[in-house]
Amino acid sequence: MKFSLGPVLYFWPKAQMQQFYRDAADSAIDIVYLGETVCSKRRELKFDDYMALAQMLREAGKQVCLSSMTLYEAPGELRELRKYVDNGEFLVEANDVGAISMLQEHGLPFVAGAAINCYNQHSLRRLVGMGLTRWVMPVELSQHWLDTLLSQSLISDIRDCFDTEVFGFGHLPLAWSGRCFTARSENRSKDQCELCCINYPQGRQVSSQDGTAVFVLNGIQTQSGSRYNLINQLPAMQGMVDIVRLSPQVEGTFDWLTKFKANINGTAPQPLPATDSNGYWLNLAGMATG
Amino acid sequence: MELLCPAGSMPALKAAIEHGADAVYIGLKDDTNARHFAGLNFDEAKLREAARYVHQHGKKLHVAINTFAHPDNYQRWQQAVDLAVSAGADVLILADIAVLAYAAECYPKVERHLSVQASATNAAAIDFYRQFNISRVVLPRVLSMQQVRALAKSCDIDLEVFAFGSLCIMAEGRCYLSSYMTGQSPNTAGACSPAAFIQWQDNNGTLESRLNGILIDRFAPNETAGYPTLCKGRFTVGSDTYHALEEPTSLNTLDLLPQLYAEGIKSLKIEGRQRSPAYVAQITQVWRAAIDAVMATPERFNVQPQWQQVLAGLAEGSQTTLGAYHRKWK
Repeated sequence: MKFSLGPVLYFWPKAQMQQFYRDAADSAIDIVYLGETVCSKRRELKFDDYMALAQMLREAGKQVCLSSMTLYEAPGELRELRKYVDNGEFLVEANDVGAISMLQEHGLPFVAGAAINCYNQHSLRRLVGMGLTRWVMPVELSQHWLDTLLSQSLISDIRDCFDTEVFGFGHLPLAWSGRCFTARSENRSKDQCELCCINYPQGRQVSSQDGTAVFVLNGIQTQSGSRYNLINQLPAMQGMVDIVRLSPQVEGTFDWLTKFKANINGTAPQPLPATDSNGYWLNLAGMATG
Repeated sequence: MELLCPAGSMPALKAAIEHGADAVYIGLKDDTNARHFAGLNFDEAKLREAARYVHQHGKKLHVAINTFAHPDNYQRWQQAVDLAVSAGADVLILADIAVLAYAAECYPKVERHLSVQASATNAAAIDFYRQFNISRVVLPRVLSMQQVRALAKSCDIDLEVFAFGSLCIMAEGRCYLSSYMTGQSPNTAGACSPAAFIQWQDNNGTLESRLNGILIDRFAPNETAGYPTLCKGRFTVGSDTYHALEEPTSLNTLDLLPQLYAEGIKSLKIEGRQRSPAYVAQITQVWRAAIDAVMATPERFNVQPQWQQVLAGLAEGSQTTLGAYHRKWK
């Protein structure tokens, strides 16, 4: 079982990003995803900065993958996507089928991110035919769903053609909108957002009126209020999941990586903090804990 | 420009046709469509009856099979396609790439429209779906009018936009908020904020709505309590309690009609398969009149006050918005 570091979903200043990836280079992580996947207005790091980080991480022995955006609405954003597709060196994670279309056109292999709607063996088989080499399961699916899908005979002859990756740690990306909710929380419109996401390195918590954390606002993205944490489910993933993704958090990401690695075989389970959940994997509501 | 109206029952379907719809869209009585609600939709016999009725009146029937097929009973989605075609559907509204491929291969002559649930918001995504020979794309409600215009100019495919009704504020087909709270989402179960999870409680005059136990909103005695769709609740961010994502409001694009017409938008979709026949009748009547007016003399089109009055009365929370079409909403 390998571990990956998902793209940073929040808007961090350049210096913080560079420090984070220096730490990643020194860590035991196997795979690193790099790139802005949420909002095209976030430009602390430009394409060339990401490429420089990618090269640094590759030299540190990491497998690097460039993550593309999830919601493309404008021609300018597609031109930026084209740069990712044409990078010439690194595998690309498609988070919108528009990226798959471009990658397929160039005959390039790709990772289908969790926001690509692949819910069954027939869709997965078609994506493999288009060049998919790694499949990140949609975040709302369960162990049972994954097991059922991978046991279908339609998949058996192509099971060696792709890896399966599961989002296993961090606030779950749950929705994308035309509207910016962080700007709205500051009474700004999206056009006048002044990049205020940079003031919220872990997003803005949304609570119910009686105090339950329900969501996290991260620009146009809405995340889970609780932190998803599948550390105690790693033993159940054996033989099914090839890669477990940790989504960068503002603190403690690499400490958790150490804990995850220690519990691959179930020898170092962790008590889940009250702020964590694992419901989706257990076929419950996502925010539940089983 | 087509007027495409919703129907969750035969009476609603007849109301739509009688009041001027060019086409009606419906779903089967199961989770193969994104309005899988108790007491709604069409079984095989009703589907055949619907097709007969619509065709007798020279109109078209679209059947939405727009959830994502499950791995353990994929055949049900195939059977839904088979059934819709054999009953005489003119159009299939599809989202899952496997179901799109199946329909394209088995029934190449039956038109395929890309459901809003497929979340195609840009030209590259539309290019992706061309391999399934789709003839139309239903655009998600996240684009501004400027972005719709750019797509209409750059793509040679027919576009359909939502004109009126409940407003999804997230890119459709990529929103898992409902399953996060309840375990059921539009993609997997064909429902958002399902009714079975809703509880109402009166606390000394304050009405509380909950979804699977989570407090969505509190209403003072003088406030109108709306259905607790989870993205339209009042929550706390920092020290403010407000509609953190969106107010309970309906999309209304009547003001944009001349622009949509000028861009060659092929079809205007009215949301609301879960609504009553009376609602469908009223809404269809207004939009028929508006579309006829814009098509007759686009340069002299004026929104009639009585149209807006009817629509405001039918809107969620009696409020309407231009939603993402208007940049300021974003």
